[in-house]
Amino acid sequence: MNTESYKLGEELDSFNYQEVQDGIMAILEKGCNAVLDMTECTYVSSTGLRVLLYTKKVAASKGLKLYLKGVGAEVQDIMSVTGFDSFFDYA
Amino acid sequence: MVIGNAVNFSIYSRYATSCTLVLFHNREEKPFIEIPFFKEFRLGNVFSMMVFDLDYENIEYGYRMDGPFIPEEGHRFDKTKILLDPYAKLIAGRDVWGKQPNWDSLYQYRARVVFDDFDWEDDLPLETPVNDLIVYEMHVRNFTCGQAANVKHPGTFAGIVEKIPYLLELGVNCVELMPVHEFDEFENSRISPVDGRQLYNLWGYSNVGFFAPKAAYASTGRFGMQVDELKNLVKRLHANGIEVILDVVFNHTAEGNERGPYISYRGIDNKTYYMLTPDGYYFNFSGCGNTLNCNNPNVRDMIVENLRYWVTDYHIDGFRFDLAAILGRDQNGNPMSNPPLLESLAHDPVLGKTKLIAEAWDAGGLYQVGSFPSWGRWAEWNGKFRDSMRRFLKSDEQVLADVKERIIGSPDLYASQKRGIKASVNFITAHDGFTLMDLVSYNSKHNEANGENNRDGENENNSWNCGWEGDCDDASINRLRHQQVKNAVTLLMVSQGIPMVLSGDEMGNSQQGNNNAYCQDNEIAWLDWNNLDKNADIFRYFKQMIKFRRMYKVLRYEDHLSHSDYRNFGYPDFSWHGVKAWKPECGYNNLTAAFMLNGQYVVSEASPEETPDDFIYVAMNMHWEMHGFELPMLPQGKTWHVFANTGMAAPEDIFEPGEEPVIDNQHEVLVGPRSIIVLVGKG
Repeated sequence: MNTESYKLGEELDSFNYQEVQDGIMAILEKGCNAVLDMTECTYVSSTGLRVLLYTKKVAASKGLKLYLKGVGAEVQDIMSVTGFDSFFDYA
Repeated sequence: MVIGNAVNFSIYSRYATSCTLVLFHNREEKPFIEIPFFKEFRLGNVFSMMVFDLDYENIEYGYRMDGPFIPEEGHRFDKTKILLDPYAKLIAGRDVWGKQPNWDSLYQYRARVVFDDFDWEDDLPLETPVNDLIVYEMHVRNFTCGQAANVKHPGTFAGIVEKIPYLLELGVNCVELMPVHEFDEFENSRISPVDGRQLYNLWGYSNVGFFAPKAAYASTGRFGMQVDELKNLVKRLHANGIEVILDVVFNHTAEGNERGPYISYRGIDNKTYYMLTPDGYYFNFSGCGNTLNCNNPNVRDMIVENLRYWVTDYHIDGFRFDLAAILGRDQNGNPMSNPPLLESLAHDPVLGKTKLIAEAWDAGGLYQVGSFPSWGRWAEWNGKFRDSMRRFLKSDEQVLADVKERIIGSPDLYASQKRGIKASVNFITAHDGFTLMDLVSYNSKHNEANGENNRDGENENNSWNCGWEGDCDDASINRLRHQQVKNAVTLLMVSQGIPMVLSGDEMGNSQQGNNNAYCQDNEIAWLDWNNLDKNADIFRYFKQMIKFRRMYKVLRYEDHLSHSDYRNFGYPDFSWHGVKAWKPECGYNNLTAAFMLNGQYVVSEASPEETPDDFIYVAMNMHWEMHGFELPMLPQGKTWHVFANTGMAAPEDIFEPGEEPVIDNQHEVLVGPRSIIVLVGKG
């Protein structure tokens, strides 16, 4: 199965969540697994976490995977204490 | 409430003449827009409007209310104030603990909008039978801020998650969190005149908002993600079989009396939200300046909705109501026989399986332990258990009859209303008062560091310092203190009722004699985890005693015992003994007693699937001399084994439940001075 990557900028929040969500959805629509490259990302807001969760569930419903890549320590920590980390696979 | 790309802003005020919605970008001092509620946006006494295309994650909102300012009639409207929504689910402004706010800001506690989509997976409230609970009363900061706590996120919900393995090792199955609703740690903050340290409102018994979690208790509070962090804590505790009870403070708010600040209720509808004297001053049954008008129908609805919200959205398992006697007062402050709020909560469908626990007294002198209106639903903090057990522990010769009532689940308090043993939450220590180690180390309170000339805090502690006030190097005194701590937890765990342990007692935590550490955000109140090593014998004793209680259903009855052999097993379900078997009247100075539980009685007609428990025999000697206790004879094939003997040094003080060694003399045990022995009779 093909895999395509989507690269995030420094932040994922309510200013850019729609754009990011559309980008990941476009990959999934093509029937590809998606890798979200978070190498440069230093902050994910609660809206941003919702995008991750939503697209992950869409992927699962299509039998696809959403992988997170390059998750920084601070973002990983936010995801961990809010309970989001367990939902994801890491590339 | 978020609906599509719109946010619905609604607020009730009976007496306001007009209302304006005030919107800010996050953290900005000046609003970016103020939108009046036009006439068509008001229906009855509710102002309501939808605002479209808001970036709701990045706005904060408040209200201005106009109306009469006539204090003698109860009205205190002031349209210069920006007011917090009483239903705000997320409140910013005190996001990082102890960070100085901008005191000039017009809007201190700032409501934000929450979009709720936490993924609970299959989690639900656990609905553990109430009689099976072992409650651990704890404070979010005190638990993990102290030395050697060794967590990544001290003083937060996330920090508690890191300590779940510890809670599991201890064996408790319920945590009762001291207030986690939004409050202001800077309320009444000051410098201690004694040691120069900053004193905070650490305990948080002073609500800013009833629907919002305390932001600074979340490591992610600075990002506004406290809702998710607290939900994650509940979910993780549930996954480990641990229930969550919240300590809720509906008796007053942080607005204080007529000299206090405008935060919310005072400016929105003073006359609705507060109990007022006929000339418009605040009744002070809470001892904190004001009293929430709980039996006003609208305030009552707010409380019911609030509790439903915490159960449905946070999966909370139960509530402990601070100064709950206030909730039974009418709008003039008089106690009612059938208070509508308490009745509503007892019969509420959503709260139908939620634990409801009352602190059944208030600061206005109403004391309702044993008589709190319950409708068969409410349990109580049994203050009489605390008082009697403390006196017994210090060898008070006047209290044995009362101690016996407490051991059998206080039928004198709870049998006549058929409330059962499950109505009694037993405790010897709680956040108010001495820790257990201090109870056996101090005769008097030492609250000087609170800066109130040692006037604050309880004076009647029924404590005994074992011969020296405070820390000491005398090995025999320290040995006795450990023994007394073990006696206390034994009494707690072998008594019928729901035991509650104060966090830290299991490791011998001390507050240096401070019995009211509400403002000590420092090592006085924080648990010192080094005590786990220092007092390893105490921790081991607690752990085994809790395990023992969880193993034996005969210690956890739901309803009161009959003290008779009504099923002809050959032994009654429960029997009192003295130093002579079957002769409870035989003893010394009213300081000795023994009892036996017949494990066969856990198998009832209602629960024939249960397997019979063993026999349990407990001999208590609070006399300063050793005494022999004649043992009741067991059915053929069973022998007495020793589980615990507080008079022995570790590791002989307690054994692994199920692996208790048999005792040589099956006819008599010697119980040392101020000691308790627990035996198991089994085949």
